[in-house]
Amino acid sequence: MKEKIRIASGQGFWGDLIDAPVKQVTEGEIDYLVMDYLAEVTMSILQKQKNKNPQFGYARDIPDLMERILPVCKEKNIKVITNGGGVNPEGCANAIIEVANKLGIKNLKVAVVLGDNIKDRIDEIIYEGCQLNNMETGESILPVKDKLLSANVYFGAKPIVEALQNGADIVITGRTTDTGLTLAPMVYEFGWDWNNYDLISAGTVAGHILECGGQASGGNLLADWESIDLVDIGFPIAEAYPSGEVIITKHESLGGKVSFETVAEQLVYEIGDPEEYITPDCVADFTSIKLEDLGNNRVRVYDVKGKPETEFFKVSCSFADGYSASGQLTYTWPKALTKANAADKILRERLQNLELEFEEIRTEFVGYDSCHGPLSKELSEDDINEVVFKIAVRSHDYKAVERFGKEIAPLILTGPPSVTGFAGGRPKPSEVVAYWPALIPKKLIEPSVKILEL
Amino acid sequence: MKIKLIDIAHGRSGDKGDAANVGIIAYDDKGYKIIDKYLTVEKVKKHFHGICFGEVERYELPNIRALNFVLNNTLGGGGTVSLKHDAQGKTLAAALLRMEIEVNGNELN
Repeated sequence: MKEKIRIASGQGFWGDLIDAPVKQVTEGEIDYLVMDYLAEVTMSILQKQKNKNPQFGYARDIPDLMERILPVCKEKNIKVITNGGGVNPEGCANAIIEVANKLGIKNLKVAVVLGDNIKDRIDEIIYEGCQLNNMETGESILPVKDKLLSANVYFGAKPIVEALQNGADIVITGRTTDTGLTLAPMVYEFGWDWNNYDLISAGTVAGHILECGGQASGGNLLADWESIDLVDIGFPIAEAYPSGEVIITKHESLGGKVSFETVAEQLVYEIGDPEEYITPDCVADFTSIKLEDLGNNRVRVYDVKGKPETEFFKVSCSFADGYSASGQLTYTWPKALTKANAADKILRERLQNLELEFEEIRTEFVGYDSCHGPLSKELSEDDINEVVFKIAVRSHDYKAVERFGKEIAPLILTGPPSVTGFAGGRPKPSEVVAYWPALIPKKLIEPSVKILEL
Repeated sequence: MKIKLIDIAHGRSGDKGDAANVGIIAYDDKGYKIIDKYLTVEKVKKHFHGICFGEVERYELPNIRALNFVLNNTLGGGGTVSLKHDAQGKTLAAALLRMEIEVNGNELN
């Protein structure tokens, strides 16, 4: 057994720093590169891409990235694990094989985790007695069942471990939890027992720290952010030990910072009840975590406790739920706020006169109080240099949203003065994607692993 | 005496559907005692008047000197449904740190 392994985070979301994973494999020693590409909205976008072209449906940055890192990964024996397979992990794996062929790489095993996509199995699942009721509201799925854009089960680390046991160099999954990507190599390398929930929780906590990339190494830090070199930020690395102890660190040559503060902020990010951090692999207790800042960008995470996994997988479905559009104009001193308010009133009256139906119209004054609302400091009108008037609408009537988009620019010639900032043409309606979270008994779902060899 | 929360704590916020979570972390143990005592559900609910329209849940993580607040019905529907500029509640940790707290002088020592 290895005495320790180094697992590096390469992406915190699809759209993250393109060079971050390249630096993770070149700037120091690591054993695994893990990359999270999937936010909830990503699955529906990928499903739409696949509907247009059956070869698509995965994060298409991946083949380009592989072309850059595969030779190094092969040379240094770094394994890559990512959920960027989206709704077409096989397509993603095939694209990687193609890249490897082009590079003349031999002896490569690419594993694909399948079975998370249940979009075409919804009727069968309901027939088998799982109602897929909304786990937040309790509502029945039947009214939205036929409008689903995507439906995926969140897998944990188990299928990835199976892939690694089969000798995979690269593991491509669909909807896998971000935490499972990091936990899997620990279970595989250290032979952890799935029933040792403290160890499984320790790996899960490490996964939570790594899953948002640079957010654990100095990015989006409310503490001492001004003192950190963010230009060349090094993404976090989890140095894991068989005992469950993990040191969060980063490559020395890169910027960013790993400290008690950077790790603690990431620990509280997007959590609910800290005693019940539920994943497909365990229920981790975040109140048990001990953190020790060792200095030199090393933070020790230890003593993590956890409880058994639940009997359910979480399912995330998405469905089309109308249209929205947003437009904006900038008003300047004098009386910038008064002008923005007047523009809002004029526009709303025009929309009313057109008898358009909207479910919501929302006005915000960016640069004044759009984020902190009533908590914002009140400024005297003379102290306000400029205000962005932002207005957004949502409706199931496409034509209403489209017409709204045509009513913004006219305000420049027919509204209050000292106005600018209308660029990029008329705001176009975009589809609103709503979510349907549900639970499904684990026994109804069978993940599978397919190995492609070169 | 009055202190600013931002001088004794930092934090991070994000989205969980239509709810936002706001994690507040004290810089030291004294600070944790203060946030634990003064950042009650009622006080946080009142602070976010006009922003949070649902229940406020409060959780303690003394191990990392942190409190976690879940603000229900806050993000205008959440996800791509929300029309809010800050649809994911990313700036709400900073918004909570705007709070001023009246403490006893000896609580700072």
